Amino acid sequence: MSGADERKITLKVFRANTARSKNTYFELCDVPVQRWTTVLDGLLYAKCFIDPSIGIRYSCRMASCGSCGMKINGIPRLACYTKMSELGGSEVICEPLPNFPIIRDLVTDFSQFFEHHKRVQPYILNQDNHQTDAVSSDHRQSPEEVDRFLQFSYCIKCGLCYSACPTVATDLKFPGPQTLGQLYRYYADSRDGGGKDRLNMVDDRHGIWRCHFAGSCSKVCPKGVDPALGIQLLKSYMLGISKNRGK
Amino acid sequence: MSRNLILRESQIMKVHYITGVAALFVVAVHILMRLVVPYGSSLEYDHVIFNYHNIFYAVLLEVILVLVSIHGFNGLRVILLELRQSTRWENSVTATIIAMIGLVIYGTRTIIIANGLGT
Repeated sequence: MSGADERKITLKVFRANTARSKNTYFELCDVPVQRWTTVLDGLLYAKCFIDPSIGIRYSCRMASCGSCGMKINGIPRLACYTKMSELGGSEVICEPLPNFPIIRDLVTDFSQFFEHHKRVQPYILNQDNHQTDAVSSDHRQSPEEVDRFLQFSYCIKCGLCYSACPTVATDLKFPGPQTLGQLYRYYADSRDGGGKDRLNMVDDRHGIWRCHFAGSCSKVCPKGVDPALGIQLLKSYMLGISKNRGK
Repeated sequence: MSRNLILRESQIMKVHYITGVAALFVVAVHILMRLVVPYGSSLEYDHVIFNYHNIFYAVLLEVILVLVSIHGFNGLRVILLELRQSTRWENSVTATIIAMIGLVIYGTRTIIIANGLGT
């Protein structure tokens, strides 16, 4: 990492090891930065050349796997998708995602998050989905039918929306925007036969009605998904204001 | 997931929204009726008793009482449910329904007495 436009930025990395101690602190790491350097690049530099014990989770480095979510300068973002040059200032603060239990440093526990996700059966529910060669078994969809759920299928389960949700911060039984967005994704899919049963999955005292439409989930989504829209659409179906076409 | 015993949450929230909008309307009517006479004199004892003796006004007050109680106590229930999560706490939150019924009964009693129906 060398070049004419190279400068240094201080990474303030949150350090914690919950298995050993409750103490937390910030470690300061000066890392060289160029225009294209991402926060993940900076963290990996710090891990390679400053402190190898820094705990981070990452995989694809291209905003596809959703592993490197963390709070960067106070906002949940993907470290691999956030350029340090775009953040401004000479200091970048990296903290673990809020609303998730901390395992170590920037690594958080997604167990509860995935439990919520699994509970809404995030797959096509259809009695007629056995594999067959018959042409009649095709579940054809028009472009309009695909448009109804397409943006919601871009979700990479990075947990940024869940960490930004103010309801999750107080009510851990609330499924969260990711789960509800995925519920809408399958409910709106013309191939899915879940129908009303899907809506009933989140129609309880800690379910969808605890969403107060803060909209922060949609704001932080790195893939342009709008979970808040999906949640409001689900509510309108539940109240009978909207009818799910083709069901 | 914790289910509601009598009504689904969507049914409760439908009632919540309907009572909220309806309360907005009847409270507006109530305030407008107060403005028929000068505001100060509308609070005088004789005028208040006169209003209570008007059966339409008494019914309006009863409707406001019921709508605002349902909407307000359900709002309180939602706040309490978000405050803490445990089976014991959530079951005790159901007491808000009893408090709501108690308030409506007490308010209705006041309206009936002031109206003179009880005498």
